[in-house]
Amino acid sequence: MIEYMKELWPILWPTLGAIGVILAFVPILGLYMTFIERKIAAYIQDRVGPNRVGPFGLFQAIADGIKIFLKEQVIPDHVYTFLYFIAPTFSLMTAMFALVVMPFGPVPVEYESGFRYVVAPGIDIGIIMMFAISSLSAYGIILGGWASNNKYSLYGAIRSCAQFISYEIPLGLSIIGVIAATGSLNIEKIVAAQGGSLWDWNLFWQPLALLVFFTSALAETNRLPFDLPECEQELVGGFHTEYGGIKFVLFFLAEYTHIVTVSFLTVLLFFGGWHFPGLTGPVDASLGGMLLRTFVLVAKVCGVVLFIMILRWALPRFRFDQLMGLAWKGLIPLGLVNLFLVAVVLTLGLPKHLLAGTAVLLFVAAMISTYQLQRTLNQSNPRVMNGGIRGVSV
Amino acid sequence: MTTKSKREKTVKWGEEPKIGWMEAMYLPAVMSGVATAVRHALSGKPMTRQYPEVEPEIPANYRGVHRLNRDEEGRVKCVACYMCQTACPANCIEIIAAPAPKDDPHWENRDKYPATFTIDELRCIYCGMCEEACPVDAIELTSIYDLTGMTREEMIFDKEKLLSVFDKTIQSGQDPVRTNRGALGPASEEAETAKQGPPPPGRGRKG
Repeated sequence: MIEYMKELWPILWPTLGAIGVILAFVPILGLYMTFIERKIAAYIQDRVGPNRVGPFGLFQAIADGIKIFLKEQVIPDHVYTFLYFIAPTFSLMTAMFALVVMPFGPVPVEYESGFRYVVAPGIDIGIIMMFAISSLSAYGIILGGWASNNKYSLYGAIRSCAQFISYEIPLGLSIIGVIAATGSLNIEKIVAAQGGSLWDWNLFWQPLALLVFFTSALAETNRLPFDLPECEQELVGGFHTEYGGIKFVLFFLAEYTHIVTVSFLTVLLFFGGWHFPGLTGPVDASLGGMLLRTFVLVAKVCGVVLFIMILRWALPRFRFDQLMGLAWKGLIPLGLVNLFLVAVVLTLGLPKHLLAGTAVLLFVAAMISTYQLQRTLNQSNPRVMNGGIRGVSV
Repeated sequence: MTTKSKREKTVKWGEEPKIGWMEAMYLPAVMSGVATAVRHALSGKPMTRQYPEVEPEIPANYRGVHRLNRDEEGRVKCVACYMCQTACPANCIEIIAAPAPKDDPHWENRDKYPATFTIDELRCIYCGMCEEACPVDAIELTSIYDLTGMTREEMIFDKEKLLSVFDKTIQSGQDPVRTNRGALGPASEEAETAKQGPPPPGRGRKG
């Protein structure tokens, strides 16, 4: 047994190390993302933000953490206790489980030894596994809403359910183009395929896919332009109305973990992962090169996270029918068009950057046709009012 | 348009908002929204005040904590006429009057003075009616706004406490100013005239 363990150890320790890194960083990251988000919100709203605890308020996150851990555990009388406790745990578990196939640094070519910056390297169905797991996070929210035994929570949960189901489709459609171009579902291989020049990044020849992917991924995180499941003005707190203290934090940690996941995916699939002009080619195993690449990857991810946070304070919330309309009438047709274009380019062997221009043109054309369709609909029957948007009674 | 029934004529339908295909795309609006957010974030000029370090400028006619004024001889100016207590809509003022000590030369020209004068600062609604009712301008509302306490008992201000508020505000120059402030009230005026001739313009207390 001990001999066997000794034999296994060189394979085991990088995995355990990667699990340790994720387990250690996700809560800290979650706490500090709340702090950064508060700071960004403050700057955007011409305020100062938390600045009392420690220098620049840096210990605010720790103070919040301590406070929230020490809070009284209130369990409302009317909840289904078992599900009520399971739901936030499940939410965080699925969110962190999706990070299993997520490289958080450059993955060296040979997987056999050494630290590998990913818990499960070389999984050939990496992206499928990630989407399968992260779709499960809707389960946590629905469980929470159901277990709360409260109509607002249930409304939030139902909205979340509908939203997840709708936005899974454009999310899947948008990455099929990337996968078709790479010929692999392995995330590391997708990143390696973008390892040439700057113009090999998927961003520059599938902008349409990026747009569809980013929008639907944002909807999957339940962040502000799409945070219908917890919209305060209509649903009190949505699915987490009945939750407080550490159970609420688990829900929130799950949300922030989702943001990190989405940012990582965006960078890995579209922004060239750990590649940068001058840092291209296969990964060398030297420590300096690894650290530099990790830094590049993390910097890109931070940029995307920052953008997501700015978006929160820049955009108003969608109405629910608009939300559904965006997915079914906007993003899904666009995703299909993008898939078709990629298929044409790959089959005929055309230069792939032709796709970028065509995609933009088609995007515009699609919008014009949508607009025309809406206008004819409005003209033919003004009382229908296109779901209530037009024809406001004065 | 279909046929208009009688009921439809009562409804006025607004014009359909004209949006072009650029606006139908959402993206320009998203970009301008992000641009606005970033512009504000980078402007670096917070609109907020860091309160405990930077105190707000309270206008001089602010209605804050009460004070009981002293006259020139340092006595409490109040003549215990119960006007403020009667005027108070919140019933937070309680006065017990006593005849002024006749043998004391200090109290020579006074008939009555408040033996106790308590204001429940928690019950007060800071309407300023006591101040308006006072015929001798003895009670005033200062611009002290940060009134705090750990117990309810310490928020019930007695005569000494109210007089100390007067001393404090006089020293710090936070003197309240009322817009209807001119000559003193008629009763006070008569008392002053009898004593030392016509009052100077402005504050009788200072003159």
